[in-house]
Amino acid sequence: MPLIDYIPAQTNIHFMRLRHWTFPFSAALSIVACLLFAIHGFNLGIDFKGGTLIEAQTSQQQADIGALREHLTDLDVGDVQIQEFGSPRDVLIRIGAFGTTDEAQQAILAKVNGVLGTDYTVRRVETVGPSVSGELVRQSILALVLGAVAVLAYLWFRFEWQFAVGAIVTTLHDIFVTLMIYSAFGVDFDLTSIAAILTIMGYSLNDTVVVYDRIREMLRRYKKLPLPELLDIAVNATFSRTIIVSTTTFFATLALYFFGGEVLRGFSLAMTVGVVIGTYSTIFVAAPILIHLGLRASTVSLPTKDAADPEVKELDELVKLEAKDAAAGVPPEAAPATGVSSKSGKGKNGKPNGKAGPARPAKA
Amino acid sequence: MLHFSRLKTAAILITIAIGFLFALPNVLSPGMLDRLPSWLASSRVTLGLDLQGGSHILLEVDGPALRKERTEQLRDEVRRVLRDQKIGYSNLALRDTSVTLRLRDPNDTQKAVTELKKLAAPVTNALFGNSSGEMDMTVSSGADGVVTLQLTDAGLSAKMRSAVEQSIEIIRRRIDQLGTVEPNIQRQGLDRILVQVPGLQDPQRLKNLLGQTAKLSFRMVDQSMSPQQALEGRAPPESEVLKGQDGQPYLVEKQVRVSGEDLVDAQPGFDQNSREPIVSFRFNNNGAKRFATVSQEAVGRPFAIVLDNQVISAPVIREPILGGAGQISGAFTVQQANDLAILLRAGALPAPLKVVEERTVGPSLGADSIHAGKTAAYVAGGLVTVFMLAVYGLFGLFALIALAVHIILMFSLQSVLGATLTLPGIAGVVLTIGMAVDSNVVIFERMRDEAREGRSAISAIDKGFVNALGTILDANITSLATAVILFLMGGSGPVRGFAVTYILGLLTTMFTAYTLTRLMIAYWVKWRRPAKLPI
Repeated sequence: MPLIDYIPAQTNIHFMRLRHWTFPFSAALSIVACLLFAIHGFNLGIDFKGGTLIEAQTSQQQADIGALREHLTDLDVGDVQIQEFGSPRDVLIRIGAFGTTDEAQQAILAKVNGVLGTDYTVRRVETVGPSVSGELVRQSILALVLGAVAVLAYLWFRFEWQFAVGAIVTTLHDIFVTLMIYSAFGVDFDLTSIAAILTIMGYSLNDTVVVYDRIREMLRRYKKLPLPELLDIAVNATFSRTIIVSTTTFFATLALYFFGGEVLRGFSLAMTVGVVIGTYSTIFVAAPILIHLGLRASTVSLPTKDAADPEVKELDELVKLEAKDAAAGVPPEAAPATGVSSKSGKGKNGKPNGKAGPARPAKA
Repeated sequence: MLHFSRLKTAAILITIAIGFLFALPNVLSPGMLDRLPSWLASSRVTLGLDLQGGSHILLEVDGPALRKERTEQLRDEVRRVLRDQKIGYSNLALRDTSVTLRLRDPNDTQKAVTELKKLAAPVTNALFGNSSGEMDMTVSSGADGVVTLQLTDAGLSAKMRSAVEQSIEIIRRRIDQLGTVEPNIQRQGLDRILVQVPGLQDPQRLKNLLGQTAKLSFRMVDQSMSPQQALEGRAPPESEVLKGQDGQPYLVEKQVRVSGEDLVDAQPGFDQNSREPIVSFRFNNNGAKRFATVSQEAVGRPFAIVLDNQVISAPVIREPILGGAGQISGAFTVQQANDLAILLRAGALPAPLKVVEERTVGPSLGADSIHAGKTAAYVAGGLVTVFMLAVYGLFGLFALIALAVHIILMFSLQSVLGATLTLPGIAGVVLTIGMAVDSNVVIFERMRDEAREGRSAISAIDKGFVNALGTILDANITSLATAVILFLMGGSGPVRGFAVTYILGLLTTMFTAYTLTRLMIAYWVKWRRPAKLPI
């Protein structure tokens, strides 16, 4: 029924063998990222550095940035940057935190407004005083740390610790690479960037958890299988899902980047990179790292089954439904038999039904 | 998993229908909205200031100024008490938040301490309204007759709390005068006030109104020497030099004859003779009496009208002013006169406020942002639609219907909860378009797996839903954890708006992608009885 079937339904790629290439690559990437942070640093936006940002639009055909720069430099208000913003008519003026007081900043704003005069319409003004910017830095760091801790705790609760550690390492890797983009391209790093990073964190984890879920299931099913082979099966089994969701999310971030407007450009760039890197790391970091964290099939606890599982009723309904089919002349196929045999835990598909206990509390 | 009772089906459909109803006002024009029956929901999504244009200003109560003022007030009280009790003292001095003095006769120490202790008041607990047992200051004495009055931290923070509360009240009165819609004024932390005013044409005027303490006082001009002499030499102890509007100095007595607190009304107007903008005012009884006395005593002498330590004007009293009404003329523009009248009517702030953060967006930029966000949403939606149909065919269509319902539900939840949609929030919506299909993809891929393992179509579909549930929950809860942190840490600005959209998105997607898709597929299965999985 699908019009096309570009995405291969079943792949058999030896992802785990590739880890001898991808681990060094990811490590190198992270080191480069650290070096970049140390040498190049970040283009901190006014949220974190304090200062004033003014977006203005000229009534003329084109903004005369040269003249504007001259006038503003004459004001002697310290570090002034002017750039075109989106269209030739729009300019973005950035003024560093002049002096250290909040009052001084308001005075600068008044002066700049005077220079812009009637030729320009001020479309946006943001001023962050030194006292607030310091707090925002602390708050943002706290947010990122808390986010990581919350996720670690949840994963530890739901999975084994190896998964939790693996997910955090993977997520940190993704955050580092995203931050690298901010550093390398000098993208303004502000509160929206923190939102972008937390979102990438969420996305990357989401991606990782889907694969981890399958790995855990496989561990219960194939206890004798060597871990690398098992991981390959799990990653291949989720591969098409990983690719499809990455693609749709990539479409969304790309649409935002090209059409979402100038204000969101930095955010969407980071998101786009984050989606790509999050997908890569799910396959090439999150899964293989489990080998090195010493994950064994024996460490995965078996789920307990309960006779009163609601699923039994559901399956009964299905049996009835398909029995009606049979009566109506539709070939019944093997469904009822498979369904029942999986209950008893024998047959070919003798894997446990449903997920582990915590997600689906069995009714007693 | 594929069985739905009639009741369950109805519940799901009714939930969606209610969602649609609540989202409806967002697409109707205001005129159509008015014609709707009143029992229908009429609230729309609140647009953030970055989308509708407006000012977000964070003010901070000037703590040092407040403490200094409180300490000075204490000094004046000490002076009064000791004078009343006829206790001799010297070296009355302020040191940070304490007042020290030396008694002439150390034998007075006992008496002085007892009397001064009466100045201390118990600090009331803001939360419970009862006394915490702490006093707002302590009195201690040394051997050599030195007495120290120290303001306590509890007392000072109570003072700060009440200053913030008073300021909020006064700011509200000032902003209400501007006639803007729904300003949001709230306390933030211990000493800050957040002011959000949507759709303001002139943010500078708002800041002018907020930035002034507006402490008005009527004082006599000290004519014992010229202001220049006072500046060069030494001003008399009971007078000080204040600047006028053009910067010229005035020597003004420190004693306040009548203060702005006694004003009952202030209105902008025009002087009958000069046609210049003025502010006319009226005193209450108390103020009127005092003003009458002062003006009777001082006919022919100039008095100064002082606003926040700046002399607005210093007219000469030509005749006693007995009616309790007067006017201030100070070469105002019409707007200045207007604003001064607003400030005087609203009253003075208990302490100066300073702007520590400002974010102002003009209405045109907001409109552009909405437009850009819509375009991005359409493009993302278009791409995802084509892709999902290409990959999953009919089931892709089911997923897309669920996606559409999901977006509508997100908007209805936003409308109902009064959550604010900000520009990053729009980004959140667009991202959701890409990410919301995730749950469906997980389910569909699971179905393919199950079919590949030899299950019948119906069984595979059923097992797909069953086995995907845990994965979907795990994946969404981890995302939810980061989103909630973002919400808690996002402060009040656009980032919080993003977090809200993101959280609502995750919640609705779990409903639409799992339950709604399952419902659609269940009915389809019942209808078509598929022998082969269509994906």
